[in-house]
Amino acid sequence: MKTTKNEHLQMAKLDELQDIVVQTRRDILRMVHKVNSGHPGGSLGCTEFLVALYNEVMDLKEGFDMDGKDEDLFFLSNGHISPVFYSVLARKGYFPVEELNTFRLLDSRLQGHPTTHEGLPGVRVASGSLGQGMSVAIGAAAAKKLNGDDKLVYSLHGDGELQEGQNWEAIMYAAGNKVDNLISTIDRNGQQIDGPTEEVLPLGNLKEKFEVFGWDVLEVAEGNNLEAVINGLKEAKSRTGKGKPVCIILDTMMGNGVDFMMHTHAWHGKAPSDEQLENALGQNPETLGDY
Amino acid sequence: MTKYIDQGKNDTRSGYGEAMTELGRTNPNVVALCADLVGSLKIQPFIDENPERFFQIGIAEANMMGIAAGMTIGGKIPFASTFANFATGRVYDQIRQSIAYSNKNVKICASHAGVTLGEDGATHQILEDIGMMKMLPGMTVINPCDFNQTKAATLAIAEYDGPVYLRFGRPKVANFTPVDQKFEIGKAVMLSEGTDVTIVATGHLVWEALIAAEKLEEQGISAEVINIHTIKPFDEEAVLKSVKKTGCVVSAEEHNYLGGLGETIARTLTVQHPAPQEFVATQDTFGESGTPDQLMEKYGLNNKAIEKAVLRVLKRK
Repeated sequence: MKTTKNEHLQMAKLDELQDIVVQTRRDILRMVHKVNSGHPGGSLGCTEFLVALYNEVMDLKEGFDMDGKDEDLFFLSNGHISPVFYSVLARKGYFPVEELNTFRLLDSRLQGHPTTHEGLPGVRVASGSLGQGMSVAIGAAAAKKLNGDDKLVYSLHGDGELQEGQNWEAIMYAAGNKVDNLISTIDRNGQQIDGPTEEVLPLGNLKEKFEVFGWDVLEVAEGNNLEAVINGLKEAKSRTGKGKPVCIILDTMMGNGVDFMMHTHAWHGKAPSDEQLENALGQNPETLGDY
Repeated sequence: MTKYIDQGKNDTRSGYGEAMTELGRTNPNVVALCADLVGSLKIQPFIDENPERFFQIGIAEANMMGIAAGMTIGGKIPFASTFANFATGRVYDQIRQSIAYSNKNVKICASHAGVTLGEDGATHQILEDIGMMKMLPGMTVINPCDFNQTKAATLAIAEYDGPVYLRFGRPKVANFTPVDQKFEIGKAVMLSEGTDVTIVATGHLVWEALIAAEKLEEQGISAEVINIHTIKPFDEEAVLKSVKKTGCVVSAEEHNYLGGLGETIARTLTVQHPAPQEFVATQDTFGESGTPDQLMEKYGLNNKAIEKAVLRVLKRK
């Protein structure tokens, strides 16, 4: 098939984003390895999503202010995947990339779980204790409507996190009150600390559950395929403003991009050894330069 | 001693409702959230006048605290209100992470605090909320004494940038502070000067402290009465100055003696000016059903209890 000029441009852009994805994986691995703590599994699984969101999908202003009026907002509810969040924010220019060196260290703005307390640009609420992010996102979305601000609010949640009841309060509220400037994504990697979600506490059919609660749901089966993620996010965006909150069920692979971290929940909150780091970095050669 | 006149009994929650009506007209950033207790919180007039700025969250307090936190990100000033028990203990972690640790400009407005909610019993009363809220870094804790002061406090916290816990109650109590009072967060109010004992009271117990002081005066005992409407930040200077003069103190609050105002005073004195103290507070117990007066009597939260505590503390001077 003959490719058009536009498709060439898109491919160039995809290549550029793919470089950020690979570099973000390296950042995650090196951050967690350096302090021998943190959560690489879920971070690697959500790398394509966050890179796409911040670099291709969200409508962002220059610089950072807490209110975020007239720009899209993002809330990370599953705060333990802070490594990917920090890397994406730093690579986007919210703070110096070198600051990733301070992850989880004393006096750092890059706390183990994200916080506003230390004043890190890009972070608008603390998260870590699970289940609170959707409520906050709904509040920010409601404030946007009151302000006549037509930009969108995005949130990301772990699937295991949906075991927290507050989510279902929020899911019910968002549909009942037509919060249609909100796109909440569920990272459906099927894993949590103690094992597969369907063994720890089954989540069942999430698509049906959200739909029954009154949401517009779309599924992205290839949650680690950059192009599929971008298309899914753009499709979700096109469905906003129609009286329903929008949910993306994003099927991802924990530990994606590092062969020995995939297909297991073992790397939920474990750092690689020196040898494992070398192996993992070997699978993801430097693209934009290490910090 | 200075005499105060009851201008007519009223409930402190109505002071909140009246201030919300005023804020609805004067501050376009103020929004109200409620978890299915509009009538109890007296905010219907706010809703009638500003329907777009009212958010009925339903019976879902955790979600309410999160939504309130999120609204601040758009520059709104959310007043999230429900019963004190459900506004604190039920949602402690949501307040801790999404509001206090995140330093969000949310006003948690809690009615039906203490035991004087009455007949509903212990599940709907709370005697631990001051302790929980004052332990949160950055949280301001306010417990006004009457209708006028609750109204003034509500107006004042709208002007203050930061998380606030505002506590008030259900029963009609004496309304004796000035209608046009200036409410200064963190500033104690000297109600009546005296020389023998300092009575430091908060909330519904302030009026009881004034009655006790009058009865003590008849016995030749001169009591100084201080109204601590703001428990955190605590006006150490006012209390220290008074206790240095009188040499002893009685604290009075509708709260457990663990974690309340009395403990804040005790810590201040221990560090800076050790002096005998007696606590008028509940003794690490849950409440129960009963009329407000019956409960105040049973749990030792009235002017008689304060008078007795003063007589005890004077012996320890």
